[in-house]
Amino acid sequence: MSALAFIDPSIASPKSVSPTWRRFRDAFRRHPTALIGGVILICMVAIAIFAPWLGTIDPQAVAPIKRLKPPSADFWFGTDMLGRDVYSRVVYGARVSLIVGLAVAMFSTVLGVAIGLVTGYVRALDAVVMRVMDGLMSIPSVLLAIALMALTKASVGNVIAAITLAEVPRVVRLVRSLVLTLREQPYVEAAIASGTTLPRILMRHILPNIVAPLLVQGTYVCGSAMITEAILSFIGAGTPPNIPSWGNIMAEGRSLIQIAGYLILFPGICLSLTVLAVNLLGDGMRDALDPRLARRM
Amino acid sequence: MIAYIVRRLFSTIVVMAVVAFVVFSLLYLTPGDPAAVIAGDIATDEDIRLIHARLGLDEPFLVQFGRWVWALLHGDLGTSIFTNLPVTQLIGQRIEPTVALTLCTLTVAILVAVPLGVVAAAKAGTWLDRAVMAFSVLGFSVPVFVFAYILILTFSVQLDWLPVQGYRNIRDGVWEWLRHLILPSIALGTVYVALIARMTRASMLDVLSQDYIRTAAAKGLAPDQVLIGHALKNAAIPIMTIIGMGIALLISGAIVTETVFALPGVGRLTVDAILRRDYPIIQGVILIFSAVYVLVNLLVDLSYVFFDPRIRY
Repeated sequence: MSALAFIDPSIASPKSVSPTWRRFRDAFRRHPTALIGGVILICMVAIAIFAPWLGTIDPQAVAPIKRLKPPSADFWFGTDMLGRDVYSRVVYGARVSLIVGLAVAMFSTVLGVAIGLVTGYVRALDAVVMRVMDGLMSIPSVLLAIALMALTKASVGNVIAAITLAEVPRVVRLVRSLVLTLREQPYVEAAIASGTTLPRILMRHILPNIVAPLLVQGTYVCGSAMITEAILSFIGAGTPPNIPSWGNIMAEGRSLIQIAGYLILFPGICLSLTVLAVNLLGDGMRDALDPRLARRM
Repeated sequence: MIAYIVRRLFSTIVVMAVVAFVVFSLLYLTPGDPAAVIAGDIATDEDIRLIHARLGLDEPFLVQFGRWVWALLHGDLGTSIFTNLPVTQLIGQRIEPTVALTLCTLTVAILVAVPLGVVAAAKAGTWLDRAVMAFSVLGFSVPVFVFAYILILTFSVQLDWLPVQGYRNIRDGVWEWLRHLILPSIALGTVYVALIARMTRASMLDVLSQDYIRTAAAKGLAPDQVLIGHALKNAAIPIMTIIGMGIALLISGAIVTETVFALPGVGRLTVDAILRRDYPIIQGVILIFSAVYVLVNLLVDLSYVFFDPRIRY
């Protein structure tokens, strides 16, 4: 602690918060919706983690006598056609959605950065890789994920892999366009002139400058991955039926819509709320990190 | 201009070649032997060997790919494993509801979204603007099928105004046909409207801050004329781009929407094919949908000339 701190306590306090953090804080202040999104998301994560202690029973426990009971004090969200407690299934279902969303966001970002950095920097590779990415991007991502799932057996891991593959080209595109502008910057040229090696330029000069847009892109990827997982499960090509996921619960309610709408309503609301939270958070982060875009969107 | 179209067509062909390669590789990598599936349960090893020879399954990967592309160029998408019918015929039988659904949605969505975006930009910062933006975030977040079921529960089950499911041919009467398309189109169109409205607003805000807009207003043009004639036309290119890119959302959404509303379209065909692991159908559908997507975006690119005569390819 410096001597000055004794005179002015504010100096001792960590006044020099990093600019990024300050921008986040200001953005949250300016966009209360982002804060709401963050809070909803934290709640959902907590629900997913503490699922066994939230008044749930075994989500797979079959009870034929209690089939298709509407929501009541005993069964908050009712029971499905096998007599399983929908509330327990919905609470446990949060796990699948959040894991898939997070994992896809992480893996597609890491893969996309790796491919995008290299192609953006090595001109010889660029033409070939980008044509492949253009090709992959012209296959609607849900369709590509469906095709990949049809090849393999249903499991959460395969769902993550299929959605990641479908999302990667978009990340590559973003990283490449950022790299193409960054490599023209004077500080990068200076680094090249002073003989810095390529890996070092990428790690020290390029990567730190693309973190912010990647973070924003990552949240959007997370949101769309959760929707894609639900779509895959809903049409029967996603999470295996023995794991409760929001898409699965809704798929089972498909033929019962006229007598048991709650089977679709509760997981549907949870899914929409979670994706909404992720999107709100993403919008807030974009505003914080890219003030130029914030004015427009 | 012509040189540009030729160049653009060439790159489209390259993209489609990549798509074809990916799609073919998918089938090639499929676990299990298609010959064994075709031969059935009581086939001997000799039968399977014969089918192998007939279908050329023993040949190298590239030879098989070449033969498949050759057939493709002659309009042959292969034969369904399950029904033993040509894939083109199966898709042809199912194309009508899908085309009806997507065209309905596309038209209504653009007619709703562009005015929404324009109004939001013109009234930026007011409650109207915030309402449009809130709707747009919601539209992105509520998955197609969740919204579809909310619509069914409200308008079909509770109010009994519209049919829950099913499709009528247009020959059975235009109203009957339309009645069965209203809810699916709203469900499918919402995310698309959200996307276009958001882009329209952003693009309009950009243009509205330009000097020539101030000039147009200063010389006494009516506000509507400035907004539509000057601003919207100059804001059109990003809007057209997003309309083209959004087709991918529409295609993915159509598969789900057809499942929810039991429309006998290509999406329903795809879902059935997935459950039966009927790969040739999945391949054919992906190829056709991707081709549509690529072609629409080609048309969008060419439309830039119309909106901005300064563009000379």
